[in-house]
Amino acid sequence: MTDSKPFKIAIASGKGGTGKTLVATNIFHTLTGKGIKTSLVDCDAEAPNAKLFFEGSLEHSFEVTQQVPAINEDLCTYCGKCHEYCHYNAIFILPPARVIKVIEDLCHGCGACTVACKFDAITEKPMPLGEVRRYTLAGNHSLVESRMKTGVYSPVAVIKAGIKEAGNGRMVIMDAPPGTSCPFIQTVDRADYVVLVTEPTPFGLSDLKQSVETLRGMNKSCGVIVNRAGMGNRELYDYLEQARIPLLMEIPFDRNIAHTYAHGGRLEELDPHWETRFLTLFEEIKKHYGNSHHQR
Amino acid sequence: MEIAIISGKGGTGKSSISAAFATISEEVVLADCDVDAANLYILFNPEHEEEESFVGGEKAVIDRDLCTNCGLCIPYCNFEAIVFSPEGVVISETACDGCHLCKRVCPHQAIRMVEIDKSRLYAGAFRNGRMVYGRLAPGEENSGKLVNLVREKAQKQSKAFGLKTIIIDGPPGIGCPVISSITGVDQVVIITEPSLSGLHDLERAADVSGSFGIKTRVIINKADLDEAMGDKIETWCKERGLEVVAKIPFDPEVVKSMVNCKSISEWAPDSKTSQILRETWKVLLNGKG
Repeated sequence: MTDSKPFKIAIASGKGGTGKTLVATNIFHTLTGKGIKTSLVDCDAEAPNAKLFFEGSLEHSFEVTQQVPAINEDLCTYCGKCHEYCHYNAIFILPPARVIKVIEDLCHGCGACTVACKFDAITEKPMPLGEVRRYTLAGNHSLVESRMKTGVYSPVAVIKAGIKEAGNGRMVIMDAPPGTSCPFIQTVDRADYVVLVTEPTPFGLSDLKQSVETLRGMNKSCGVIVNRAGMGNRELYDYLEQARIPLLMEIPFDRNIAHTYAHGGRLEELDPHWETRFLTLFEEIKKHYGNSHHQR
Repeated sequence: MEIAIISGKGGTGKSSISAAFATISEEVVLADCDVDAANLYILFNPEHEEEESFVGGEKAVIDRDLCTNCGLCIPYCNFEAIVFSPEGVVISETACDGCHLCKRVCPHQAIRMVEIDKSRLYAGAFRNGRMVYGRLAPGEENSGKLVNLVREKAQKQSKAFGLKTIIIDGPPGIGCPVISSITGVDQVVIITEPSLSGLHDLERAADVSGSFGIKTRVIINKADLDEAMGDKIETWCKERGLEVVAKIPFDPEVVKSMVNCKSISEWAPDSKTSQILRETWKVLLNGKG
């Protein structure tokens, strides 16, 4: 298995709290344990938790910023062109009162206002959105964490920067943000295969369907891991069969697993069989990935 | 009174607890603001009396007949959404932020903007009052804006039907839709669970609601799954001056109730969980601890 070409796996789920991070960290441990060079990227920039499960030293970190306009009022003629160009209502202007203000929280950094201004009155300055941290773990593996600043409107820029930092040429496991909106899309867009983690409940099924629908629209292949198997009902399994989605693994509902996870422990510490199970899972993913038509 | 139920971490039981609160006593307006993964409608099967579409944003589209593949638009795009491909210049739908700049700079008027309006907003009766919920179409942005619409609608329903209490089931995380869910509410309840992740995300969620100066309380759900960790969270809350208003034990009946499309307070009203939730709801309504 060490001779396989590296690729990127995103671990995702529509619903939060289904066990994405549990799966991501355990696959990561299994791969690194086999000496496969792997990076784990925590793309859940609003609630990054993967680092809690590892000992590692901070190797490198950088701030992720976005350009926002700064208006030089000496040069501004209050013509209102920048306000007209801005589709995010981030420029407030009252020409008679000679008032112009940038509402930085609404700015998406598109640069349209700078293009609009014919008087060179707009310059751009960086505004912090968050941080990417790269940790070196034992055995030259790495953990990259995207961490959004509180109060920022979207984690997307920080997520993208984190995935870029993980680089190519090694296996990449991405712990994706929950949901099916932009942060999720931007993460899975860069993945070769998507593992959806869900639970066998009506909530889990409803969110899974939405994730599958989104991934199909993007032409991404995916498989499903059922966490907390044994609780809930069978409807989920019927859906998987009918939609022809591979069931990759089941993790039973078990207080011990919940407890182990709560403390940042790994499943193989609970029962050494888990290592074999996660290796089988990886082989399974490789098989499906190999069959998918959008290899990079 | 508007009460927002949030949780930094997903899966802590936010929706199950919101559902229980919504069915404990007098009729309420229930606003499902987790527009990215709206779930409460599964339990409550509300009437679709009103439906509105929501324009979540716009995407730039190239008209192949007009495009000369000059590539002038490419360096203008700060979202790296435009690239040269074998078919010519293309715009990635996923990467486009809808800023209009490429359309403005195109010398051949070959780019137009298309509205994305697949998201929906619904309002109607459910068995204990009125329910409003939004469903963001997959991959769409601006969920904060949809959350605002859901809340506006909920406030109108509250006035029109004389229902005093609005329960907001918020989204996970700490981003824009969460901020939209809690701005201006009377109180925030953060649902957490006894795990390292639970504590870490509670800290971030508390920072956000704290920055708005909103009265914030904490419920530790599934508290007995790890009592030591639960104690740690309680200590942290005390240091931060946050009141832990309830500790709810892990209860398999909650999942059973969900499978049967009931809230726990409907499914097992005499259970310990339901009793705790009833007491907690009283405390929340009284405003004081």
